[in-house]
Amino acid sequence: MLTQLQHLGHTILTVFERLGRASLFLMHVLAGVPGLLLRPYLVIYQIYSVGVLSLTIILVSGLFVGMVLGLQGYNTLVNFGATDMLGVVVALSLVRELGPVLTSLLYAGRAGSALTAEIGLMKTTEQLSAMEMMAVNPLGRVVAPRFVAGVLAMPVLATIFSAVGILGGHLVVVELLGIDAGSFWSQMQDKTEFMEDVFNGILKSLVFGFVVTWIAVFEGYDCVPTSEGISRATTRTVVHSSLATLALDFMLTALMFSDI
Amino acid sequence: MNPLNNTQTLVQIRDLCFTRGTRRIFDQVNLDIPRGNITAIMGPSGTGKTTLLRLIGGQLKPEAGTIAVDGQNVPTLSTKELYLLRKRMGMLFQSGALLTDLTVFENVAFPLREHTTLPDSLIRHLVLMKLHTVGLRGARELLTHQLSGGMARRVALARAMVLDPMMIMYDEPFTGQDPISMGVLVRLIRTINDALGLTSIIVSHDVHETSQIADFIYIISNGKVMGHGTPAELKTTASPWVKQFMNAESDGPVPFHYPASDYATDLLGERPC
Repeated sequence: MLTQLQHLGHTILTVFERLGRASLFLMHVLAGVPGLLLRPYLVIYQIYSVGVLSLTIILVSGLFVGMVLGLQGYNTLVNFGATDMLGVVVALSLVRELGPVLTSLLYAGRAGSALTAEIGLMKTTEQLSAMEMMAVNPLGRVVAPRFVAGVLAMPVLATIFSAVGILGGHLVVVELLGIDAGSFWSQMQDKTEFMEDVFNGILKSLVFGFVVTWIAVFEGYDCVPTSEGISRATTRTVVHSSLATLALDFMLTALMFSDI
Repeated sequence: MNPLNNTQTLVQIRDLCFTRGTRRIFDQVNLDIPRGNITAIMGPSGTGKTTLLRLIGGQLKPEAGTIAVDGQNVPTLSTKELYLLRKRMGMLFQSGALLTDLTVFENVAFPLREHTTLPDSLIRHLVLMKLHTVGLRGARELLTHQLSGGMARRVALARAMVLDPMMIMYDEPFTGQDPISMGVLVRLIRTINDALGLTSIIVSHDVHETSQIADFIYIISNGKVMGHGTPAELKTTASPWVKQFMNAESDGPVPFHYPASDYATDLLGERPC
């Protein structure tokens, strides 16, 4: 019993210690962000690496998610004679929830894990130590550009995901099932508010981008510098990012869209 | 006069104590690294030689003692002061620690691009001169994964000296090198030290190669300085421990056998292991 309590206490202490370390790490990274204004090319290269190179998975996933939404929505709404509302169902589901959340989950798996592995490997091969010895702060030179790129790329990726998803929904609903294109688009335009729906969705993706990239770069920087250490850190990035995304989504939805 | 300001000594270590976990790495260690010479820090694997370089470079903080580099006590420096000091230090890591996403040229140019506002044409000249010194001017466009271990260390050496530092620290520069690469590195370290008027600190356990070029050697083990002197003095030392290390004898004060019970008793005994 005593051993179990000790184990529990140790686990809780470890969690809080890591949270504290991650917070201090974030402060140091944010302190390095203003310096990037003088060297924007560092951020642009990372936006290409984490954003542009994630486009394929985002485009393909967005297309299929939109198509499934259109198909499932049709199967349900056709029973109530409400197929005119399909455009609204597809658009609101995507811009409010599925766009930001699925983009974040895909980003964690594609770019987040890559960020962790890259930084972890730089630590293992002493590249970060070498930078320190060259009087270059690796937090400002290596971590800060990747962090900023991740935060900037996520809202753009989520917007692209939602837009492609709506096109996928259109393909199924209008082209395949023969619903009138006019009612699909006009109902969508009528019922979707920019600030209430689109802007809140973008805000969500911005928060997800901040948290997921923070987790990814911290896990890489904090990993045990061995092959196994990098492997574990990469796994932790995907697991923690996914859980954080889903938990944050609930909280943000409650704040943004609930009238409670 | 500031006791840390000794014009003849570039690095002065006094009463250094450092513990990692429960293991005492350094216990009241005193060292002096003279200017303009090559000083070797030698000792068996795991004695803290690399740790000593990290303490001198300010990447680790000691529990007690002073580490003065050019009159500045490293552990008490602010981050800004430490980074200013590091611009005057070069370090060659055991693995080379080259930046894997950059070419050989860009690796050597990295410190110049980070710390100076020199035009590209001047950076090109400086980088090519340093690469020529280490014999790799023709390899400037290669990526790091296309280099052999010896070439990677030579590129790292060019990078370490590109800002014309006052000292260069070498962490196990000869480990894992073929005879030709080792010969090249030995010659380069000596030549560069003398030509640029540097102070060099070599951490190594390769007795033969290090003795060839070192002006002065410290031998450390079990957290203490076991012996020091010129290579010739250490070869004829009276200390049995230093003698065993310098002559690579398999048995002596450091026994060949790990402590165990009596051999005959062990063989004839009834215990299963």
